[in-house]
Amino acid sequence: MKTKTETPTAPLETIQARAIKIIGVGGAGVSLLDTLNREDFAGADFVAINTDAPSLAASSATVKIHLETKLLRGLGTGGDPERGRAIAEEQFATLKTACDGADVILIIAGLGGGAGSGISPVLARAAKETGALVLAFVTLPFSCEGNRRQQQAQQGLEQLKSVADGVICLPNQKTFKLIDENTSVLDTFRITGGLLAEGVRGIWRLLTRPGLIQIHFDDLCALVRDRHSESAFASVEASGAGRSREIAEKLLAHPLLDEGRALAESDAVLVSLMGGKDLTMAEVNRVMEQISRQCEHAQIIMGAAVDAGMKNKLSVTVIAARRNHSAESPATTVEETASRGAARSSTRCGSQPQNAALDQREQLLKQHAPGRGRKAGSRMRQEQLPLAIISKGRFDKSEPTIHKGEDLDIPTYYRRGVVLN
Amino acid sequence: MFDDSNIIVGLEIGTSKVCAVVGEQNADGALNIVGVGQSPARGVRKGEIVDAALAEECVRNAVVEAEQMADMEIRSVYLGVTGGHLRGFNNRGVHPVVSADREISDDDVQDVIKNAKAINLPAENTVVHAVRQHFLVDGHDGITNPVGMLGARLEVDMHVVHGNTNRLQNSVRLVKGLQLEVEEIVFNGLASSLALLTSEQKELGALVIDIGGGTTDYVVYSDGVIRHTGALALGGDHVSNDLGHGLKVPLSRAEKLKLEHGSALVDEAMKGRTLTITNELGLPLKTINVEHLQRIVSLRLEEIFQIIAQDLEQAGLVDYLRAGAFLCGGCARAPQIARLAEPVLQMPVSLGKTNSISGLKSALDQPEFVTAIGLAKFGSLKTRKREGKMSIAQGIKSTITSFLRR
Repeated sequence: MKTKTETPTAPLETIQARAIKIIGVGGAGVSLLDTLNREDFAGADFVAINTDAPSLAASSATVKIHLETKLLRGLGTGGDPERGRAIAEEQFATLKTACDGADVILIIAGLGGGAGSGISPVLARAAKETGALVLAFVTLPFSCEGNRRQQQAQQGLEQLKSVADGVICLPNQKTFKLIDENTSVLDTFRITGGLLAEGVRGIWRLLTRPGLIQIHFDDLCALVRDRHSESAFASVEASGAGRSREIAEKLLAHPLLDEGRALAESDAVLVSLMGGKDLTMAEVNRVMEQISRQCEHAQIIMGAAVDAGMKNKLSVTVIAARRNHSAESPATTVEETASRGAARSSTRCGSQPQNAALDQREQLLKQHAPGRGRKAGSRMRQEQLPLAIISKGRFDKSEPTIHKGEDLDIPTYYRRGVVLN
Repeated sequence: MFDDSNIIVGLEIGTSKVCAVVGEQNADGALNIVGVGQSPARGVRKGEIVDAALAEECVRNAVVEAEQMADMEIRSVYLGVTGGHLRGFNNRGVHPVVSADREISDDDVQDVIKNAKAINLPAENTVVHAVRQHFLVDGHDGITNPVGMLGARLEVDMHVVHGNTNRLQNSVRLVKGLQLEVEEIVFNGLASSLALLTSEQKELGALVIDIGGGTTDYVVYSDGVIRHTGALALGGDHVSNDLGHGLKVPLSRAEKLKLEHGSALVDEAMKGRTLTITNELGLPLKTINVEHLQRIVSLRLEEIFQIIAQDLEQAGLVDYLRAGAFLCGGCARAPQIARLAEPVLQMPVSLGKTNSISGLKSALDQPEFVTAIGLAKFGSLKTRKREGKMSIAQGIKSTITSFLRR
């Protein structure tokens, strides 16, 4: 009851007060930051961090941090994340001051190289210590970029997942489904950059625009905080009379959502609808109906907002957080990074246990907080064991017939839940 | 002795049966069916070959049977293809008319068709059909022959059906392995529509749904041209599989139950009725509720129609289909299927009749034979075009256009 009376006033105050920082790390991160900076992100602070001076010089960010040490002799990290990490640990205090004063920090990086994969986990930790909500938007390299970069990217992703509140990940390889034979390399990178920018914009709108159906900052926090999960996101737009249906279909066919399978696997889904003044409730309802049908087991958080500039258009951003299959793995990676960090630089040794204690305290606090506790309780649903394994009979080994995320080889009566006794 | 050139053979390698139809073309181009051969298919799933050795055996049996019935040797066939990988879409080609007097020439027409065919396909796909719909001159729609007209900008709409090259080649290679020539590959749905629809129905707008064993192919005509095609990897096999699963009986038994008691709508009189299935000695094995059996069949067939209805709605074609829908393929035999389909598709639905063919009429007017007959018909249309020769120059020209129309 208490929370209910508070809500009407709280968001209005916090909308203005919420400070957002967008930080680009590494060569890819800095150039992505530039594409974002061109667009309408009024009120956000842009920070570029890199070890490479020329890339920073070309950047349009307001704050530029050049991580430099004698060790590198003016060169970059040379594609070695260990070097990136070492230098970031050394300059930990600088990173922390850069993050100071923000409520939400969005880290943008291309994993696989030295700076992106090395610095961003450390930066995330620094940001976390200032008390901000940390979301990372990262790209994973193309398969053709080689095994080593893949491994470095995977390692970086694991570490990032263990420290950041949420990691939204765009494997470049998946964009192959969006491009055709004749797309140039330049265009391909523009597309991946555009997709990432789309995700950032989605979150941005969520946080800054007054909503018709508001997504509270608390909801976003509750969805991503300490989940340490990898999320898939997709953003689609449609216009015209059949736009709500078109949106649902585009979403289900979106390659970044694995043709709708990511939705089925997720356990928390955030949907943000954005339309012009002509956005009707029926449309919101239709889109939500389609999405919720896809993800029956997920907790769905939904918001709708109106932008007078979007005439006749409807845009939907979906962020689907997947189930974290190995709950214990983040803990081990934290220790792993800690020990590795300790081996690399002695300055970090003292602060690590303190950090762990802080985390623990935070968790305890959260458990005792009345509002949060209820929410956490409702999410702890007893899951169903997949005991009723449905055999596909004669189609077991043939290519499945998938239509809008549904496997049509499974008997219709079974999928529709018709009971035969 | 027969002249080989007027013998046309359609061969369909279906999921449940292989069917060969031998047609003889008379002087004025009409097709007369003189032989049919069929064999239950093995080694085919969802319209595609999964065991070449088994499938080859079945094709050989069907071809031999057709040869015996027609009393002639089959040398070349028009081969039907299907499968969930086939896709159809409409494409528009544009060509500016550059000649000084702005008169559209034959070359312009060929250029615009070439442009319409230059499509971005995935590298592993090939075009099965590119069918011309209408020309547009300076934005004016509905022109069938623009040669001699004046205009600055010539456009053409084409309907293109394409599929995965390797998967298409599988059946072609199999047929070639039997020392048979493949004249052309034809999308099964297109073949069925040729056999079923009269030109009046094509003009009014019609939908042909061929529900076979492993796939459901559908084709939409309006204004006399193909507007839309689709292939779903769903069919009678799925119905049997659902029955086997739901009634907990083996597949062979499910197949038999489907044929004997299946119905597209649940029969009110059958509610509460049960069936006892017996083993080969006549001893009772199991009791089955007939209502459940029919419910399972009904749900699956309804779903197939729903998917098609959704697709048509998305393509915005529902209001153009004034002649209604025509069903063929093995599943069209399910009792009451037209009554099931009508509310879903929201148009009159009837079983298709192969009107446009003469020959062994009563024996052939079966929904299963429609595709193979349509394949022979496709062949006859192709050869008729080719043989309409008057002068050498025109002969060459028509060869080129028929080549381009493919």
